[in-house]
Amino acid sequence: MTLEAIQSVADTPIIKINNVWKQYGDTVVLERLNISVKKGEFVTLVGTSGCGKSTFLNMLLGTVQPSKGEIFLNGKMIPEEPNSDRGIVFQQYSVFPHMTVLENVMATKGFEQSGLTGYLFGARRKNAKQQATQILDQVGLVDALNKHPHELSGGMKQRLAIAQALLGRPRILLLDEPFGALDPGIRADMHELVLKLWRELKLTVFMVTHDLKEGFYLGTRLWVFDKIRHDRAAPNRYGAGITYDLAAGQVNRSTYQKLDDELRPVQESYA
Amino acid sequence: MPLSETDKRPMSTFTSKDRPMKKLINQVPNNSLKIVLGVLPFAFLIILYMVASDARLEINPSDKLLPSFSKISDGLSRMALEPSKRSGEYLFWQDTASSLTRLGIGVSIAAAIGLVIGLISGAVPLFAAWLSPLLTVVSLIPPLALLPILFIVFGLGELSKVVLIAIGMTPFIGRDIQRRTQEIPTEQLVKAQTLGANTSQIIVRVLLPQILPKLIDAVRLSLGAGWLFLIAAEAVASTDGLGYRIFLVRRYMAMDVILPYVAWITLLAFLIDIALRELNRTFFPWHEQGAK
Repeated sequence: MTLEAIQSVADTPIIKINNVWKQYGDTVVLERLNISVKKGEFVTLVGTSGCGKSTFLNMLLGTVQPSKGEIFLNGKMIPEEPNSDRGIVFQQYSVFPHMTVLENVMATKGFEQSGLTGYLFGARRKNAKQQATQILDQVGLVDALNKHPHELSGGMKQRLAIAQALLGRPRILLLDEPFGALDPGIRADMHELVLKLWRELKLTVFMVTHDLKEGFYLGTRLWVFDKIRHDRAAPNRYGAGITYDLAAGQVNRSTYQKLDDELRPVQESYA
Repeated sequence: MPLSETDKRPMSTFTSKDRPMKKLINQVPNNSLKIVLGVLPFAFLIILYMVASDARLEINPSDKLLPSFSKISDGLSRMALEPSKRSGEYLFWQDTASSLTRLGIGVSIAAAIGLVIGLISGAVPLFAAWLSPLLTVVSLIPPLALLPILFIVFGLGELSKVVLIAIGMTPFIGRDIQRRTQEIPTEQLVKAQTLGANTSQIIVRVLLPQILPKLIDAVRLSLGAGWLFLIAAEAVASTDGLGYRIFLVRRYMAMDVILPYVAWITLLAFLIDIALRELNRTFFPWHEQGAK
């Protein structure tokens, strides 16, 4: 391979969004999205509720399809259903309640191979067990291997969900408000964990959050979803786009305040 | 404003009796009260029976309608502890074994078919589109109306009774399992797919284990109907069985046999229900905690 070829592979964005629109009937949710993301970036998605940031994440995940336009993953059209290219952690219901912590993570290895049941035997099982234990150690769950999810706290469940997703070695990791239901102290611990894993495993992450501070703290890049065009007579006529694409560390106080005011406007009647 | 009588009292004289009465919906019985309240209706019914039975026997000592408890225990021991003069069998146990065998086979068939249909149609939309309308229509057919057809097709032997139980219970179990399968959060299905799972792996590893405790619940709920179909089929055409016996001795107004048989059927139903509940608790401890 020539130097130029290697360079061009390295420059190929892992995600490329090409004029993507999403509408349900007459309601336009997202419009004119054109953006690309390089390997290793940590993108946080913020916006008011109903702004389409979760719809966008679901399009990356494959559970929602764009009405117009294309999404490319590693230069190829993204498959129209979830697969092992994309890992996901939801706010809840992300782990299998009938499996123990260890089985939950080992299931990832079972699902990787083809076959009718996804059960593992012999050397493969031993190997999966070892890998699962290792990743559970990394997320700090090694003391709870034989517990069922209902015996875990909310934070521990999310650690488990992350371990499960990471063992599948996805090209991109999607986080849909993963810490929204956690207490502030636990949330800070989870932030450290996610940053540590992102650095160690060189992950590409997309994370939806409604917390602007969290978005700035975690992301290398922060996208704000909002409507660019407005029609007072027909509010659903125009969808949201990405109004800000900010690199972390380059944001001054006044920009932050401006965004914070836009995302969490103080109601006239309460002010 | 002048102080009322209570306001003038020193605080130390207040006792728990001065506390205002709680609303009825907030009054929870303690354990002993719970037992007393629960036993009360049974005791009342037994006493009512004894009084009514005594009153009738007073007027006519050979009255058969409400036999005394000693008559009932005689009837029961005649059936359970003495071999029948005609066949040499202990009829009570013979009847119990026959009925439980029929019920067991019928319920097992219904559970197996209901599980497969419900699970697959709950998991695969194409199957749901194909099977749901049929399942709905079949579930609307009154199973007892099919009994004559079953007798014509399968004869008067064991098969038609087992088939009646199976036909009666399968649509209920199938629809219930379908609904339960669809209730499993989509997040889990998406998650499994992002880990690389294919359709059959999702059904076998994610859905099936979570549906098994629901299957036991569905069987518990539909067992009442199962008993109904069993007794009806036995009453119409049989040579033994609990339902056969009560309908047989009805001709002689043998309440001393019918009453203990009904009590026995009730006890069996109760014990089976408890056993299934314990089965669920033992094998699926994560089930009652809810899927989160």
